[in-house]
Amino acid sequence: MTDATLSPDGAKAPEKTSAQPRSLYATDELTKKRNASEKRFQAYGIAAIGAGLFFLVVLAYSIISEGIPAFTRTVLTVEFTVTQEQFDDAESQLFKTRAYEVVFTEAMSTQFQQKNIQVPFDVAAIERIVGKPGSTIREFYRANPDQLGQPVAFELAASSRVDGYMNGRLTRDNITDSRFLQKSDLDLVDVLVESGIIQTVFNWPFITGADSGVDNPGGAGIGASVVGSFFMMLVVLFLSLPIGVAASIYLEEFAPQNKFTDLIEVNISNLAAVPSIVFGILGLAVFIQFMHLPQSAPIVGGLVLTLMTLPTIIISTRASLKAVPPSIRDAALGVGASKMQAVFHHVLPLAMPGILTGTIIGLAQALGETAPLLLIGMVGFVARGYPDGFVSGFMDPNSAMPAQIYTWAARSDFAFYEKAWGGIIVLLIFLLSMNILAIILRRRFERRW
Amino acid sequence: MKFTTLVSATALAVASTAFVGAAQARDQVQVAGSSTVLPYASIVAEVFGENTDFPTPVVESGGSSAGLKRFCEGVGENTIDVANASRKIREKEIKACAENGVTDIMEVRIGYDGIVFASQKDGPAFTAFTPVQWHNALAPKVLVDGAIVDNPYTKWSEVDASLPDVEIAAFIPGTKHGTREVFEEKVLLVGCEESGAMKAMMDGGMSEDDAEDACLAVRTDGKSVDIDGDYTETLARIDSNPNGVGVFGLAFYENNTDKLKVATMSDIAPSTETISTGEYPVSRPLFFYVKKAHIGVIPGLKEYAQFFTADEIAGPQGPLAQYGLVSDPELAATQASIEAEETMK
Repeated sequence: MTDATLSPDGAKAPEKTSAQPRSLYATDELTKKRNASEKRFQAYGIAAIGAGLFFLVVLAYSIISEGIPAFTRTVLTVEFTVTQEQFDDAESQLFKTRAYEVVFTEAMSTQFQQKNIQVPFDVAAIERIVGKPGSTIREFYRANPDQLGQPVAFELAASSRVDGYMNGRLTRDNITDSRFLQKSDLDLVDVLVESGIIQTVFNWPFITGADSGVDNPGGAGIGASVVGSFFMMLVVLFLSLPIGVAASIYLEEFAPQNKFTDLIEVNISNLAAVPSIVFGILGLAVFIQFMHLPQSAPIVGGLVLTLMTLPTIIISTRASLKAVPPSIRDAALGVGASKMQAVFHHVLPLAMPGILTGTIIGLAQALGETAPLLLIGMVGFVARGYPDGFVSGFMDPNSAMPAQIYTWAARSDFAFYEKAWGGIIVLLIFLLSMNILAIILRRRFERRW
Repeated sequence: MKFTTLVSATALAVASTAFVGAAQARDQVQVAGSSTVLPYASIVAEVFGENTDFPTPVVESGGSSAGLKRFCEGVGENTIDVANASRKIREKEIKACAENGVTDIMEVRIGYDGIVFASQKDGPAFTAFTPVQWHNALAPKVLVDGAIVDNPYTKWSEVDASLPDVEIAAFIPGTKHGTREVFEEKVLLVGCEESGAMKAMMDGGMSEDDAEDACLAVRTDGKSVDIDGDYTETLARIDSNPNGVGVFGLAFYENNTDKLKVATMSDIAPSTETISTGEYPVSRPLFFYVKKAHIGVIPGLKEYAQFFTADEIAGPQGPLAQYGLVSDPELAATQASIEAEETMK
């Protein structure tokens, strides 16, 4: 207490003859020391929060500044014609998409010449500027054979280096001539930008697409792995919630207190601390090698992550069951409810907000997990695209968001590094919305007593 | 109670999905192995999926040894069909394979890869190396004035006056990578022999095998760091340490010429030309291994191998060469051997 908070006339200094003043108003050495140490402690706390905030800002800034380029892409808007003969010829070859690329670059070359572009260029330069348009063109004509022989407008991705030039990652100064891009190509790029052929647009294929080969960063997208993560989370939710809640209700409300249940409780706590990669090894041995479930499939990923999430859910469920006051149970039992009725009609609804929060946090944790997926084949080049249906969503190979980010970060083309950061932004958006959902649910169902 | 119904329904659902999973046949090729081959395999996998009616194969990484280990786990849908390797399969691995019933293995050589020594673009002037310099910089014991002593060198300039005056900081591939083996054989061992250290060790009473093992060892005092991850990890280390020198694949270097500069080895600059002629000393063939028992069981497996080695893909004009693979002049022989499904003896 300081002098200011006490009224001055409230007390008198006791009449004592000792050397030390005993007044509450006069701060003695000890009080000063205690006050100072409290001030210091508060300063430490503020410093700790400040440091945390600082790192959060740095992290958010670096993620956003590195990841934003992944959400834009450079496209060439061009119109050209593929004839029936060219189509038949391309379809008869082994490397069909390449054949379309040859047709495309030749068409471009003539178009640019007609447009009277003043910069010298050759067919190879066009190939270096355009990404891998073959599969886009082939898909279109396979789906729309009636468009053959007519001019069709295409929006085709530029190569990753041109993309880097457009978003400022590469400048004329740090480009060295290579077979991927030559300095002279940039003159052509500049002319094409001026004439509106090359534009920067929002990168929808990044949101909706699947992974692409290492030489085609422009075609890579995170959409398919979002779907993979979604199916995994379905498995986790529908297995770990009922199993976790049933286990905790039994342990908390029905199980007798003995050595055996103590052992189980200790082991659940231990399980929560087991490194996630261990669950991956277990998943490989049990689900793939013993139960013969398919490799790289979300069902196996989901099962492995269920094992990982269960302890979290059990622990949080038990905590929220414990937090329900015993008077509620006693009242229910007192009016003649059976133990099960007391639990399901009264205790469980009151514990629900806590259980839901625990479950969502557990799911969010599972959503960001990569290590266990390494061993069951979900990390790597998994570019099958979207599943055909519900069953195929569980059974067909797919990647998951964190696995996809990990794979991109390991690729040599820097454009994939940008994609990895962009993927982190998408993952964080999912995690944030799950946490917000947890908060909303808790607010909504919370009861006070 | 609704809750108990939910529990039993879920249990039923799990049991039935497990059953369906066991009954469903795998329809995509499953590949794992070398992270050096991974980029090429992923290019082929994507193009294979786009150009054929087969689903896109799944390609995992993990290193040559890890891939071959999984390859050798047995025959059946729950094992992989193809193992990528940046070195030849070892006798020991063939034996392990045979013990698990994997007897018919097809070996496919897809081309060559160069191993280059690169440092920060704006860092110290590492422009020319020789195997002897690398041996003297990295070996735990080196030959100094005719005697084998503990490595006294801490700076490159002490190893050789022509090198920059900076601390030795080498980032080399970890032991699970096939690249490490090539680095040991073509650089460390060669340097050991050329510097005379190997002869000195054998004169000192070591057997040839022991001396060879000693030549392959690297110092453990932190001057040489094993990188177990991919080349991106090596690049990150070099980025943060201007004095660092890293071991990369040629393709990786060519994709990152804006950050890295490459050094010559024995006065030969690495390029696809010098590697295909065999002038550049540090190169190695890349392989993949196919489980013959899976051909005809897993749809598209043989077609994948054929597609991979087709002239349009692995030839000098194909996308693999475009990315950095040095194409194999004997590709036609490889194609014929896949066609005939020839296995290793």
